[in-house]
Amino acid sequence: MINVEAVYWLIGILFLAWASLIAADTTHPRRWGSSAFWGLLGLCFFYSTWVQAGTAPGWILGIAVLVLVVLASTGLLGQGKHRTSTGPERESYAKRFGNKLFIPALTLPLVTVILVLAAPVLVIGGTPLLDPKNTTLVALAIGAVAAVVVALVILKPKNPATPIFESRRILESIGWAALLPQMLTTLGILFTKAGVGTAVGTLASGLLPKGSLIAGVVVYCLGMFLFTVLMGNGFAAFPIMTAAIGWPVLVETFHGDPAIVFAIGMLVGFCGTLCTPMAANFNLVPSALLEMKNKYGVITAQAGTAIPLLAVNIGLMYFLAFH
Amino acid sequence: MLVLIGVLLVIIGFAIRLNPLIVVTVAGIVTALLGGMNPAQILDSFGTGFASSRSVTIFVAVLPVVGIIEFFGLQEQAKVLIGRLAKLTAGRVLIGYLAVRQLTAAVGLNSIGGHAQTVRPLVFPMAEGAALRRYGHVPEKISEKIKGHSAAADNVGVFFGEDVFVAVGSILLITTFVDTTYHLHLEPLQLALWAIPTAIAAFLIHGFRLLRLDKQLDKEYREYELTARIEFAGEAK
Repeated sequence: MINVEAVYWLIGILFLAWASLIAADTTHPRRWGSSAFWGLLGLCFFYSTWVQAGTAPGWILGIAVLVLVVLASTGLLGQGKHRTSTGPERESYAKRFGNKLFIPALTLPLVTVILVLAAPVLVIGGTPLLDPKNTTLVALAIGAVAAVVVALVILKPKNPATPIFESRRILESIGWAALLPQMLTTLGILFTKAGVGTAVGTLASGLLPKGSLIAGVVVYCLGMFLFTVLMGNGFAAFPIMTAAIGWPVLVETFHGDPAIVFAIGMLVGFCGTLCTPMAANFNLVPSALLEMKNKYGVITAQAGTAIPLLAVNIGLMYFLAFH
Repeated sequence: MLVLIGVLLVIIGFAIRLNPLIVVTVAGIVTALLGGMNPAQILDSFGTGFASSRSVTIFVAVLPVVGIIEFFGLQEQAKVLIGRLAKLTAGRVLIGYLAVRQLTAAVGLNSIGGHAQTVRPLVFPMAEGAALRRYGHVPEKISEKIKGHSAAADNVGVFFGEDVFVAVGSILLITTFVDTTYHLHLEPLQLALWAIPTAIAAFLIHGFRLLRLDKQLDKEYREYELTARIEFAGEAK
């Protein structure tokens, strides 16, 4: 079976490879700080395997994570001057390869989705080939490797390590933001452990005027929205807001149709997901991946859809769920 | 209620634009202390939190392929390809992607798209290519806006498409939670059906905004040209 840990080790190997390229780059303005950051991050990906399995202490990794934060936020991490192909070079390559350039780019999503769909039948000797709990992750990693192989075959670069050199350029322009999604997830876990959820639930039910249906719908929806913004995902918000308002007020008191109330309630949470940096994988990873100047540019683009959609959902719930 | 101070710290920290890594770390430590955890437990939480959230960093695995195809001129070729389709604008490219993303997610094909899988290597270069054909040059401000909207089209499409499919995590979370807590029996199909009105509303609202995006970009490009001309005139003196 291809375990998800193998995927994390692949990522760890990539980080170590980039760290050693930076360490070997004498022109790099923050040579040692940067290679220490990416190298330590890579080692953390390996060590985490044992933390996850419960066979190694988590606090050592905790210290390493704090060291990463210090390296990244004290200016020790920097970006090297990396030579890549120039504009005219790229144009002549584009002329030479034409639409063949899209083949590797399409290989990635196609291999991923085919593996995800085929996963249930990919069973060898009783064990599934792909980790059944993390099929998409494993499939995506295999898709990424397949796409590199296809790219090397089609484009035949002089140096077969070109994908590593070129991805170092992208990684360095992403910089510390590469670590942020994981830190935000950790913050979400700490919030839940410390009881932020229950505090918000109590607050929301305290604000609710008794006996008004429209107030109940609005507070449930706004609560789902704001709570999702704070925690970064609707899944954390749903049980708490539903226990505080959705079930006792909307379903029990006002006899709302539970399927409609809860289906729309969850979708209101998704409007919140569109508006929060806490949902880092959706909102901050892409701004890093697209090398955006403004890290919150994706949220800015989405807020104009999320807010009207929140209002539409409040209306839908009010008019559809109560007869 | 005291634990909400941590939330407040995050809001203030982001608002005054401190380095988000520091903000998140400090807010996490403060919240954990207020929640009664000791330093050893906090360090442990940072460790286990990192280990269990590694899946978010999977995007790193696609950088090598993106790197090599960019080196060989993927973005340039995307521009050539889009340039042949004269009617395509950045907004229309993104509406097309929004529709495809939403429909494929609604039949359970979530993993076909994503920021790493499609947005960076395909969608953004095409949308930017359309803008390049229209303006002849894409200033950074416009490029930033297209980047934001490329990622947004992916998110809106998948969020409000996947809930129409019965076997998705959020639907199953609702049924498991509600059925075990309140002894109801909700069918996933019912929930999926009631996700359709919102899915349509999401497409209409976001699609409308993407149509307007083209006009906004036109306006921004005119302003850009104007200031560029003024600067040029200033230098000529």
